[in-house]
Amino acid sequence: MAFETPKINYSGSIREITLGDGPKSVTVGGETALPFYLFEGDMPRKPKIAMEIQDTPPLDWPADALKPFGDAVNNPVSWAKKCVDTYEAKIICLQLESTDPNGLDRSAEEAAKIVREVANAVDVPLIVWGTANHEKDTEVLRKISEICPDKKLILGPVEEGDYKKIAAQAMAYKHTIIASSPIDINLAKQLNILLGNLGVPANEIIMDPTVSSIGYGIEYAYSVIERIRLAALTQQDERLQYPIICNIGREAWKTKEAKIPETESPELGNTEKRAIMIEAMSAAILLIAGADILVMRHPESMRLVGELMAELG
Amino acid sequence: MSPTGIEIYKFLPRTNCGECGVPTCLAFAMSLAGGRAELSSCPYVSEETKLKLEEASAPPVRTVSIGTGIYSFKIGGETVMHRHEKRFEHQSGIALLLSDNLTETEQNTKLTAFNSFQYKRVGAILKPDMLALRADSGSSEKYLKLVKLAAEKCQASLMLICANTTVLDESLKICAERKPLLYAATAENSNEMAELAKKYNCPLVAKAKNLTDLAELTIKLQSLGIKDIVLDSSPASFKQTLADNIAIRRAAILKKFRPLGFPVINFPCLITSDHMKESLFASILTAKYAGILVLSDFRGETLFPLLVARMNLYTDPQRPLATTEGIYEINNPDANSPVMLTCNFSLTYFIVAGEMETSRVPCYLLIKDTEGLSVMTAWAAGKFGADTIGKFVKNSGIAGKVNHRKLIIPGYASMESGGLEEELSGWEIMVGPREAAHIPAYLKQFKP
Ligand code: B12
Ligand code: SF4
Repeated sequence: MAFETPKINYSGSIREITLGDGPKSVTVGGETALPFYLFEGDMPRKPKIAMEIQDTPPLDWPADALKPFGDAVNNPVSWAKKCVDTYEAKIICLQLESTDPNGLDRSAEEAAKIVREVANAVDVPLIVWGTANHEKDTEVLRKISEICPDKKLILGPVEEGDYKKIAAQAMAYKHTIIASSPIDINLAKQLNILLGNLGVPANEIIMDPTVSSIGYGIEYAYSVIERIRLAALTQQDERLQYPIICNIGREAWKTKEAKIPETESPELGNTEKRAIMIEAMSAAILLIAGADILVMRHPESMRLVGELMAELG
Repeated sequence: MSPTGIEIYKFLPRTNCGECGVPTCLAFAMSLAGGRAELSSCPYVSEETKLKLEEASAPPVRTVSIGTGIYSFKIGGETVMHRHEKRFEHQSGIALLLSDNLTETEQNTKLTAFNSFQYKRVGAILKPDMLALRADSGSSEKYLKLVKLAAEKCQASLMLICANTTVLDESLKICAERKPLLYAATAENSNEMAELAKKYNCPLVAKAKNLTDLAELTIKLQSLGIKDIVLDSSPASFKQTLADNIAIRRAAILKKFRPLGFPVINFPCLITSDHMKESLFASILTAKYAGILVLSDFRGETLFPLLVARMNLYTDPQRPLATTEGIYEINNPDANSPVMLTCNFSLTYFIVAGEMETSRVPCYLLIKDTEGLSVMTAWAAGKFGADTIGKFVKNSGIAGKVNHRKLIIPGYASMESGGLEEELSGWEIMVGPREAAHIPAYLKQFKP
């Protein structure tokens, strides 16, 4: 008798959500099985990679992460264009580093102006990521919602501490929301319920379960994503059936091991390749847990993860 | 998966004679299931029943031990599909493929390199486990030379990939006491391979072209007396490897299908020639049920991340690793040395202490008990606030060890600095850098 793979019972599916609008919009989600379990379910589209840029020249990115972009890092518009034109980015994620109250503390108006310029310059979906400071993000993300009424942005992180004002404004202007919670399935669900109660349409929510890189707690992120996915697919938990975004690039590149020079620790091998591998491997592990969107930094790690997905599907 | 009391009860004589010390067979079964009794207390269970019970209480994926000495490792013994359900038991062994077609110089270089791949991280040594020695040349002389060289130069566990059973027998004469893994029994050679595995008491890979044939093969091998089996379903792509691994694990765990209740070996090295992709795929397979991963080459830049990823996925989710609260002396501090503070999450402790060591600046590290939570997590959970830190610093005795009154706190705890100055009167609170990597630079310019 031929052996047959024991099946598990899937009763739910992940919502399909469209990021951005117009001809370059990108749809994510739609899975009816665990990631890449193609022998027993559908993954109508591969997870997507969003390319990370910053609104101010990065001070803490290692040279290896800056190299692919040259002078473009000095101007968010040129940087975004370079990602789209040279590296064929299908989504851009603009990190609003400059608004950090512990850093440059730029005003909401200034931040919004930059977002507007980037939004004008590229036609791919634009994710805008704040600094997770509740007061500041409220100010900044509200202003951005308002200034880009014609462009369907994806705004985050929206947390339990600041969701009301940010989500209300985003909803008014039809932007998509990234619901962010600290690696806890119940908190993630709770926030999605709150957003639903506020009236945010179910097709405008992406979940951010919070991630960290390999060596710095990725196992927590791995398991919480896996649990969220299982609850969504096998227990039909509607409040968890949203696509998942992982802002992993910055976590990988801030690790010490992404920077140690080979001359200092030859046993760690080539520094640039190692950093690329830390980013790509962190992304790969989150992919197999259930990520639908990966925010990544280096074109080479993006390429590797892209090829990996092609081989898996 | 241990059997329940009811399942054990079925195997007992059910006469309720009471000689085991409890009044009924059912009560005895319950005690057995709970680990509070030994089967030998009942004089009436037959040998056959004993065997059956042992089998029933074995984990659904058999535990297989490979190698001897410091590089020996165990695979299998798994009881769950997802790590959050309990934990993954035995991390995937990582093997380097070595062909006897390589020149002796190349072999030597690779073996020397193998030994040097050892990394200290969070109190553990991370290292690869195994050398997979493959007979490609067709010359028995070359293969035996390779086996000899590898056994002499490395303490690594060994796998012998050799289809010629005569040559394999010769190789085993060289290294049998190292308990190598034999590769591989197929439908065609299972009798000879089983004989060798028994003769030298070595674990054996069973290889077939699909899972149906593989299950048949392991049944045959078991009937020949082989217990320690590792499965190779010979998948031809990444996609198939993933699918096969999942199918095998599910068969064992969800269906208790014994013929596939063994750990699995995967060969990313056969599927891609791109070294970076090979490692990426291996990382996914550490999460998705590989018992052993054979790689084409080891390089620091890909091996190190893989070893770390493996360690992460195999940590016990039910037990955050914590360090003991107290004062830690680093680089022989004296009364003028700086004092730093952190939480007792082991990962944080090792990272911070490591950076302090690197700085070569003598200093004290105060570890506050935060129940194994990281700086920000502990802060958010209310376990790393000014009040509790203040109390801890006062009681720690650090004031008696240093002449100054300066305390460096983590950059991510900056919001507590005001509160701490109030709690610890006389102390000046200095906010250190956010990332531990900046500690050496910070300490170098620091004046107590
Ligand atoms: C893994 C994780 C968890 C794990 C716990 C892991 C653990 N053992 O601590 C779990 C899932 C259990 C968890 C739970 C929670 N978490 Co949590 N968690 C994380 C995550 C993803 C990584 C944390 C980590 O392990 N970092 C690695 C360690 C090494 O970092 P570290 O201790 O900070 O050390 C670094 C620096 O601080 C520095 N450093 C350390 N000591 C010192 C000392 C000196 C002197 C200096 C100079 C530097 C220095 O060096 C280290 C390396 O650079 C972060 C988000 C992220 N990506 O960082 C959220 C995060 C920390 N969690 C958060 C929260 C809110 C929580 C919860 C309160 C959620 C909840 N309500 O349940 C709970 C609290 C736990 C509880 N109630 O028991 C928030 C904190 C937000 C805030 N600042 O207020 C974060 C930032 C996520 C977020 N963005 O919302 N969490
Ligand atoms: S000794 Fe054996 S037969 Fe007698 S009660 Fe105990 S379990 Fe039953």
